[in-house]
Amino acid sequence: MKGLYIHIPFCRSKCPYCDFYSVPRNDALIEKYCDALIDEIETGRRTKDFTENSDMSFDTVYFGGGTPSVIGAERLGRILECIRKNYTISADAEITAECNPSTVDDEFFINLSSYGFNRISLGMQSAVDSERHSLGRLADKNKVLSVINSARKSGITNISLDVMLGVPSQTMESLDETVDFLLDTDVPHISAYMLSIEEGTNFHKRQDSLVLPDEDAVCDMYSHLAQRLTQQGFEHYEISNFAKSGFESRHNLKYWECEEYLGLGAAAHSFINGKRFFFERNAEAFISGDTAVFDSYGGDSEEFIMLALRLKKGISAQDYYKRFGCSLPLSFTEKAKAFITSGHMTLDGDTYSLTQKGMLISNYIISNLED
Amino acid sequence: MRTPKKHIRNFSIIAHIDHGKSTLADRLLELTETVAKRDMQQQILDDMDLERERGITIKAHAVTLTYKQDGEEYELNLIDTPGHVDFNYEVSRSLAACEGAVLIVDATQGIEAQTLANTYLALDHDLELVPVINKIDLPAADPERVAADIEDVIGLDSEEAPRVSAKTGENVGDVLKQIVKLVPCPEGDDDAPLKALVFDSVYDNYKGVIVYVRIMDGTIKAGDTMRMMATGAQFTVVEVGKMAATSLMPTKQLCAGEVGYITASIKTVRDARVGDTVTTAENPAAEPLEGYKKVNPMVFCGIYPADGADYEALKEALEKLQLNDAALSFEPETSGALGFGFRCGFLGLLHLEIIQERLEREYNLDLVSTVPSVIYKIHMRGGEVLEIDNPTKYPDPAEIDYSEEPMTDAHIFSPPEFVGTIMDLCQERRGFYKDMKYLSADRVELSYDLPLNEIIYDFFDALKSRTKGYASFDYELKGYARSNLVKLDVLLNGDGIDALSFIIHSDKAYGRARKIAEKLKDNIPRQQFEIPVQIAVGGKVIARETVKALRKDVLAKCYGGDITRKKKLLEKQKEGKKRMRSFGTVEVPQEAFMAILKLDEQ
Repeated sequence: MKGLYIHIPFCRSKCPYCDFYSVPRNDALIEKYCDALIDEIETGRRTKDFTENSDMSFDTVYFGGGTPSVIGAERLGRILECIRKNYTISADAEITAECNPSTVDDEFFINLSSYGFNRISLGMQSAVDSERHSLGRLADKNKVLSVINSARKSGITNISLDVMLGVPSQTMESLDETVDFLLDTDVPHISAYMLSIEEGTNFHKRQDSLVLPDEDAVCDMYSHLAQRLTQQGFEHYEISNFAKSGFESRHNLKYWECEEYLGLGAAAHSFINGKRFFFERNAEAFISGDTAVFDSYGGDSEEFIMLALRLKKGISAQDYYKRFGCSLPLSFTEKAKAFITSGHMTLDGDTYSLTQKGMLISNYIISNLED
Repeated sequence: MRTPKKHIRNFSIIAHIDHGKSTLADRLLELTETVAKRDMQQQILDDMDLERERGITIKAHAVTLTYKQDGEEYELNLIDTPGHVDFNYEVSRSLAACEGAVLIVDATQGIEAQTLANTYLALDHDLELVPVINKIDLPAADPERVAADIEDVIGLDSEEAPRVSAKTGENVGDVLKQIVKLVPCPEGDDDAPLKALVFDSVYDNYKGVIVYVRIMDGTIKAGDTMRMMATGAQFTVVEVGKMAATSLMPTKQLCAGEVGYITASIKTVRDARVGDTVTTAENPAAEPLEGYKKVNPMVFCGIYPADGADYEALKEALEKLQLNDAALSFEPETSGALGFGFRCGFLGLLHLEIIQERLEREYNLDLVSTVPSVIYKIHMRGGEVLEIDNPTKYPDPAEIDYSEEPMTDAHIFSPPEFVGTIMDLCQERRGFYKDMKYLSADRVELSYDLPLNEIIYDFFDALKSRTKGYASFDYELKGYARSNLVKLDVLLNGDGIDALSFIIHSDKAYGRARKIAEKLKDNIPRQQFEIPVQIAVGGKVIARETVKALRKDVLAKCYGGDITRKKKLLEKQKEGKKRMRSFGTVEVPQEAFMAILKLDEQ
């Protein structure tokens, strides 16, 4: 079954590092946008060139942004209801909403849970006040804790926290403070992203004045975080993701396992029938009915390898054979040898995967292996 | 109808680079209606793209202008000359084909190195000089001062020298009048055995080699059997004629005093080398014209295809270029580091750069080239003398008695305020000071003996940048001098990289080694392991740097389902890798080679 992604491009304010598509919250626009999403779910007119003859059955639904929580639980519920009416959603579906901890409360989660949401992802970023403020995130430790409690009370226990590595003024010690907090909350899923300065962001504009930990320090932080989390029973199942057993993000796994997904809303990306397509980063255009745009053909061997190597479970020769009807390319297996020798990869039976050291230079390794 | 000899003028235009030679030629073509104005494109004689872009003339060209004055019709043969020291021999042959030369001097800059070098060349050939002061349209022009300089320095009466602007066309007609007035008409005996000087030869796909000649004595026509006196090669003449600006005009014959072309289904320009004498087999001349010499390459480097699969394509491209460039030499060579390629010989660094650029541009090849080398004479203990132009052939130092390197006689012209910096530069480049002359109040000539291998890297660039572009430079070779040479070897991750070795004076070895190590460190991207960069002389490491291991290169952030963006980033990375060369386990980008070629002055 496929994954379904819904993009909610609204935020209270733009975080200085973020380059996802978002616009300031505006009630009239939000209303029109939700109507457009519902229109699309009912008619499929913006995506029909790509989805013809495709089965609309989903076992994951993911509301991402932007900040889905800023539009309120009722609207999220209305959209999810419409989804259930028009598509087939499996009984055990993972249904996630990204939430900004500073804008949600008990009532929000009670509603969310009642609509059938069973997973939330919270953008905390850091447990250290000064770091969080430089990232434009407001909710402090106590607020995050109370939000987690609210969610749990409502019955939502599958909770993910986002943290960032390499943010301004971060040190090993301050990272430990954040990790301590993460472990205290006892959430089953953690995403840890290394800050990269993207064009068009506020950080990019003032990057010369940012005091960032150097590359070596960020690598050390990454290794340290991974070590502490794995010691506490987390599996480092993807380059930036850690989960207790059974709590991996099923939706995100679809991206990495080269499976199909439909993305609706401005800036949302899809992969169906071998084609990758997307909506422009423009909420007004989505509202006015602009159709999705072809991006590229997907699912080939190179893409498969690129994505699979992000996962700890890596690529097994057998799975590769099942998918492509041939063995792993000789250039791949030959070049992998050097990385195995240097400790960046492992070969276990017929399965190639990156070590933690390898994950840190995954771009380099993948571009070498596919050369 | 034939023009009587007394109405023929054969002339060249000589000038320092950028003084307006090609532009003046354009105006003369326009003024004599040799080219209709609507067909005029800039620098029509410079028909290679590269020539137009660089503003230099690489090959010689010739064109016949018809000029009417006082009811008489004159045939003016303009023989264009290459304007760079690399092509000095070709310049000398073009001048030998003339009776006179227009000497252009820039009214804003005055006399420069090549102004004088070309003047001396012209005087060597007993040419009548027609001074012309150009660029009078520029605000900084000072024609009277320049005229005075020409009188003082060269000893030419410049009172009547036309003051022109080749750009606007102002007074250009006076140049034609002066040519007719000052340049003597050619002499020669139509009935004597043929002696024709080859001043250029160009390969044409349809006609074979087009041989450009000046007939000194005798007559040649289609059907004659022509003989090249230096090589002895014989061909049946297919066609003779004169040169219009953009086409050839066949004529019945070419006679003494005339300038024209011959075609004879000649396959390569090596069979009709510049400087050779054409005669006929039927009635051969007893002696060839003076001055023929086979030009030999002075600067060598290895040229390799970036992609080994392009070897054949590179070979074909070199063969094609050689059809038209007798001075270019190449032979196959193999490098442990670079694979299969060619050792190529050039007249100088500009010649080298031009060939490289033409290979890349006209033949679409991606190239890697090695550090240029000159020919060193290595005297072995056994008495044998090796001529080494390739560092990989450098013998075991223990077997060497002594070495010699080629020297040049160099002249630098500059405003006096830069004398100090120029002396510093020449000192750094192991020059021997010889002389300093004040040509005028604001022009100094410095003479040095400079080793050729100090000039071929970046001397000219360094000179220009240290003198804000005011100094000019000219050199000629003057034999060999004893020198203390060593070979530098580069080791990456412990493996010797033969293509990066080069020969250098021992005094410079340490400094150069340090710079190379630094440059390599900066230009070799981090890889998954640490890479030691070592520079060694005879097994002893004299400089060392380390390229640290790559630790972080990851797209940590999750771009939602935007897989294409991830893929594009990786594609870009792979593209970058394609421009790299593997040396054992180390990947080196082409920029690293280039960086070694252009070590900055500091």
